[in-house]
Amino acid sequence: MLSIRNLRVSIKGKEILKGINLEVQAGEVHAIMGPNGTGKSTLAYVIAGREGYDITEGEIIFKGRNIMDLSAEERACEGLFLGFQYPVEIPGVSITNFLRTAINEQRKYKGLDPVPATEFLARMEEKKKLLELQEKLASRSVNEGFSGGEKKKNEIFQMAMLEPSLAILDETDSGLDIDALRIVATGVNKLRRPDNATVVITHYQRLLEYIVPDVVHVLFDGRIVKSGGKELALQLEEKGYEWIRNES
Amino acid sequence: MDSGIVQTIYDLKVYLKGVFADNQPEITQNDTSFVAQKRAKAFESFIKTGFPHAALERWRGTDLSRALNHEYHALTLPPPADLDIDKIFKCDVPHFETLLVTQLNGWYADRNNLVQVFPNGLIICSLAAAFTKYPELIEAHYGKYADDNSEGLTALNTAMSQDGIFIYVPDNVTVEQNIQMVNITDFKNNLFLNTRNLVILGENSHLRLVQCDDSINHDVTFINTVTEVKIGRNSTLDHYKLQNKDDHTTLINSMFFHQDEGSSLSTNAISLNGGLIRNLSHVTMSGSHSNSEVYGLYLMDRYQHVDNQVFINHAAPECESRELFKGVLDDHASGVFNGHIKVHRDAQKTNAFQTNRNILLTDKASIDTKPFLEIYADDVKCSHGATIGQLDAEALFYIRSRGISESNAKILLMYAFAAEVINKISIPELRQRMDDMVKKRLRGELSQCEQCVLNCSTHEHQKVEFNIDLSKI
Repeated sequence: MLSIRNLRVSIKGKEILKGINLEVQAGEVHAIMGPNGTGKSTLAYVIAGREGYDITEGEIIFKGRNIMDLSAEERACEGLFLGFQYPVEIPGVSITNFLRTAINEQRKYKGLDPVPATEFLARMEEKKKLLELQEKLASRSVNEGFSGGEKKKNEIFQMAMLEPSLAILDETDSGLDIDALRIVATGVNKLRRPDNATVVITHYQRLLEYIVPDVVHVLFDGRIVKSGGKELALQLEEKGYEWIRNES
Repeated sequence: MDSGIVQTIYDLKVYLKGVFADNQPEITQNDTSFVAQKRAKAFESFIKTGFPHAALERWRGTDLSRALNHEYHALTLPPPADLDIDKIFKCDVPHFETLLVTQLNGWYADRNNLVQVFPNGLIICSLAAAFTKYPELIEAHYGKYADDNSEGLTALNTAMSQDGIFIYVPDNVTVEQNIQMVNITDFKNNLFLNTRNLVILGENSHLRLVQCDDSINHDVTFINTVTEVKIGRNSTLDHYKLQNKDDHTTLINSMFFHQDEGSSLSTNAISLNGGLIRNLSHVTMSGSHSNSEVYGLYLMDRYQHVDNQVFINHAAPECESRELFKGVLDDHASGVFNGHIKVHRDAQKTNAFQTNRNILLTDKASIDTKPFLEIYADDVKCSHGATIGQLDAEALFYIRSRGISESNAKILLMYAFAAEVINKISIPELRQRMDDMVKKRLRGELSQCEQCVLNCSTHEHQKVEFNIDLSKI
């Protein structure tokens, strides 16, 4: 699904990612953990195609294709999704139309006709139920006036609607109360299929009680310094990041 | 004192002076002695003040010298009586029910029917006809709210305007239909127009008024419009100004609102195209517990220029004013926003809020925004804020990360920016149409209209369609 090889990234001459290697297979859930400022969000942004980064070395292969030269929208059309840590408010544009526009542009990219309205609305209903979303949410402007929890739920809702092959969820658990966390995690689990994959970026082990990862990576100072099974997250919780710092 | 004159080889002031002197019988043909007196005084004032120039603080950002450096025609005679206005203009906004009042080259267009009186007492008529037919109303309101002494162009308007639209809503009358005033220019040559309107709302009356500025000719046009509006006690006015002119047009649109106790005003100026547009909204709240909302949206590109001047005069206690102006400027377009709020010493418990937000799409586009609060009362709540920025990079990336192309993501963000002002439009059909037009404008598909500000391209019976559907469903 995703294969990152020796990825080195700098911002304004300062190296943030210092040779990342990551392999994610279809059907897997990976967790990337690490203290603040170690490059977790940078990694998510670079995979999703945000401009403004100097990629000095390495490559990102997604579904067998090098996507380094693709724009953010092309990567999305190829099946990548980024759940934002801080989702952006777009006043005046309803979630319904935002998603219909996004789905239709993705379909256009694949040479498909726009999604018929009835089919689209049926999909909305289905996904809203799946995520226990309030009826009125979809008619509201994208993220405008949403609480932190609502914004994160809306990210998962967009993911459910866009049905990506690979979803990267950047700190989706931050700022969530326990109920919202449960809903977000349930959504992720329900959307899990043998042909898709999820990378969860998180600071705390808490989310991983709800989303059980196949592989846990510890990102520290721009490198993945440790990878292991789900027990690695528990170890981290117990011993703290100091343990990694001392080991690395 | 001629320092105010823009020095050009061709002197427009001298020309207008000649027109005024040589055409007295025509210009004054409908005047009562009251109007004639106003006219003569205003002309003196114009000669003293002259045309505005960049040395005046409130004209610092708007240079009229190029617009004034043309030979213009001034029309002192009305259009022929057999004029068929339907052939020139037809508004076809779907489901937009209006009482249409048309002006052609400044003149009340329906020459055979200069005065309309409706069963509920509503009067819509030619201003020139109103001079003699309704002298009490004219003497009570005409020239009372517009200031001829400080602004040369306003004085020029009072001196030379011969006609316009007069609307009177008597006490306790709610006008159910929207009144749409359409100002059309259609002339084979360069034209200098002074149009004058007077709108009077009695007590407890309600009116929705849509003012459209349209042009058919493609010659150079200078339109100097003054509209005086009196809003009586406990009355409400919902007012819209829609501007979509060609790049050869200079449009000076001065609105003088005067509000009595307990009245409400909402006015919204939407400028989609125009060579040079200056909107003055002068609001005086003379009675307590009145409320005014002054909104504006401007989307300019190429070398277009837009200037919004707002003066909110809080002369009575416990009033509230809200201003929101938003603009997107592309290419070499330039803009000015001057928001002056004055709170008089007796105007305690005033609430006055002002916001001006701008997006500049290029580094050649510019905006000069200046809030100015002049407060003499001590128990007031006032705020102002101005922002100038580019499209938010994070928001652009957010939208693109969903698969939406960069160009559509930009349009979507600009639309989201503009939607706040569009959503203030309380007439649903008009809001829908403006919404469509703003989207078209942002997609670069809206050229200056052939027929009407509300009617762009639809005369070809094209449906307004978008690849990206931004409307709410």
